[in-house]
Amino acid sequence: MSKPYVSVEGISRKFPGLTVFDNVWFGVNRGEFVCLVGHSGCGKTTILNILAGLDAPSEGVVLADGREIAGPSLERAVIFQGHALMPWLTAEQNVAFALGCKHKDWDSGRLRDAARRALEKVGLGAAMGKKPSELSGGMKQRVGIARAFAIDPKMMLMDEPFSALDALTRGSLQEEVSRLVTESGQTAFMITHDVDEAILLADRILLMTNGPMARVAEVVINTLPKPRVRATLHHQPGYHELRDHIMDFLITRSRTLAGTAPGDYDPRNPPEVRPAG
Amino acid sequence: MNRPVSAWRATLLSLVLLGAFLGAWELALQGAGQGGGPAVDPEYAALVGQAAATGGQTPMPKPSEIGARLFQLLSDPFYIRGPNDQGIGIQVAYSLGRVLLGFGIAALIAIPLGFVIGMSPLLNAALNPFIQVLRPVSPLAWMPLALFTIQDSSISAVFVIFICSIWPMLLNTAFGVSAVRREWLNVARTLEAGTWRTAFRVILPAAAPTILTGMRISIGIAWLVIVAAEMLVGGTGIGYWVWNQWNNLSIADICIAILLIGLVGLALDRLLGLLARAVAWHE
Repeated sequence: MSKPYVSVEGISRKFPGLTVFDNVWFGVNRGEFVCLVGHSGCGKTTILNILAGLDAPSEGVVLADGREIAGPSLERAVIFQGHALMPWLTAEQNVAFALGCKHKDWDSGRLRDAARRALEKVGLGAAMGKKPSELSGGMKQRVGIARAFAIDPKMMLMDEPFSALDALTRGSLQEEVSRLVTESGQTAFMITHDVDEAILLADRILLMTNGPMARVAEVVINTLPKPRVRATLHHQPGYHELRDHIMDFLITRSRTLAGTAPGDYDPRNPPEVRPAG
Repeated sequence: MNRPVSAWRATLLSLVLLGAFLGAWELALQGAGQGGGPAVDPEYAALVGQAAATGGQTPMPKPSEIGARLFQLLSDPFYIRGPNDQGIGIQVAYSLGRVLLGFGIAALIAIPLGFVIGMSPLLNAALNPFIQVLRPVSPLAWMPLALFTIQDSSISAVFVIFICSIWPMLLNTAFGVSAVRREWLNVARTLEAGTWRTAFRVILPAAAPTILTGMRISIGIAWLVIVAAEMLVGGTGIGYWVWNQWNNLSIADICIAILLIGLVGLALDRLLGLLARAVAWHE
């Protein structure tokens, strides 16, 4: 296997008297979509923030492209859980702000055109001049997605981006992200607790035990053939085995496996499973 | 909870209340001042004159008299006949000029300083005791010190306006800047926006409504204080004019000054209200 684009090497988050997660290792290859699944309190968001450079681990390092992540970078875009749009800017201005940060030499006309193209890609051509308060929750998150993709990052980081949306909107946005990621061969890392979302999008799914002392208990390889479409996903052979395995983990094993790892557990190589065969 | 009220009905009610108030005022004074008054010995009255006999009081003017006087004053508001006789428009302009100058200087200092305080928890904690001690001081308490150090009464008045309008702007700016949503700052950080771009494109617009609220409070206080300050320093301004008319016992003029002060204060507040609406944002 080639060297992964992002390599998480032995990171932990410790407070006095509390270890949230400890000695976490994993990699994300170029063009790969990795999901991290686990319950609240296992430090998922902290891990994503460390990858984004917004937070630093207590121990261990994260390498991106072979270099240690020391801070935020335009190479790693973040789609936030709340849309995190600036309410005083229109959809177009929000995207143009991001573009202006990346392309400091572009004039406003060029920024506007690029912002419009990015919004058209997510189907928001008609809502460009609207402020976030005039947009629905799903549309706001679409702007957030357009903003992240517009700067053409090397990696996309997503922190439960659809958790605040209703089921129908969530479904269409998942397909949107799936399409955008596939089209651009984007490397992506996403946190979720929606099992179907993980199966639809991810090539590998990291299952984390409950905190404290959370760890990556196992790595589920998604062998369902691509492209995966939401409408037919649940008819694909192997889907139910995959889903049941993850559900079982979330409901019982995330709890029973929590705490001290078994003796044969190697944090650098958590066991890989292929429930879908 | 409250049902919306139609604007014209509210306006109508306001006019009715105003009419009732002025009417009652007019009626209450009907008959006073025209030879009636408390029964006095007619011989004594003949001796000292009716006014002196009733205690030497200037009669309270009726609304109609005040209206006539108002028309007279407003028909030529900008005349200048020597230093002690200038139109009421000139006086209001002097007051406004002082307020805007003091307020402007205060804004120029308070907003950047508040920005820095809001960004730096250390500075915030270090400067907080000074602000907390100086803020509750009545602006007029500064007046003697200002007169002593500046030695110019007009500049001293501007200084008093400056010192009273700086605190709300300083505190509101610092609060608005420190309360900027973490997620917007994170967006700026992940986009490598840099300090200046973050300050002007993210923090400033995010804090603008809070800053404007501070400015609105400040200009309100400044307009309150200028009247008192001008009564002390004298020379020009609406506050001085009020005091002057009190010395002349022109009660009608004082009523007119109160009305004008209220209207100008309202206009200042509305002006900043419009500005606040321009920078407001909704989630």
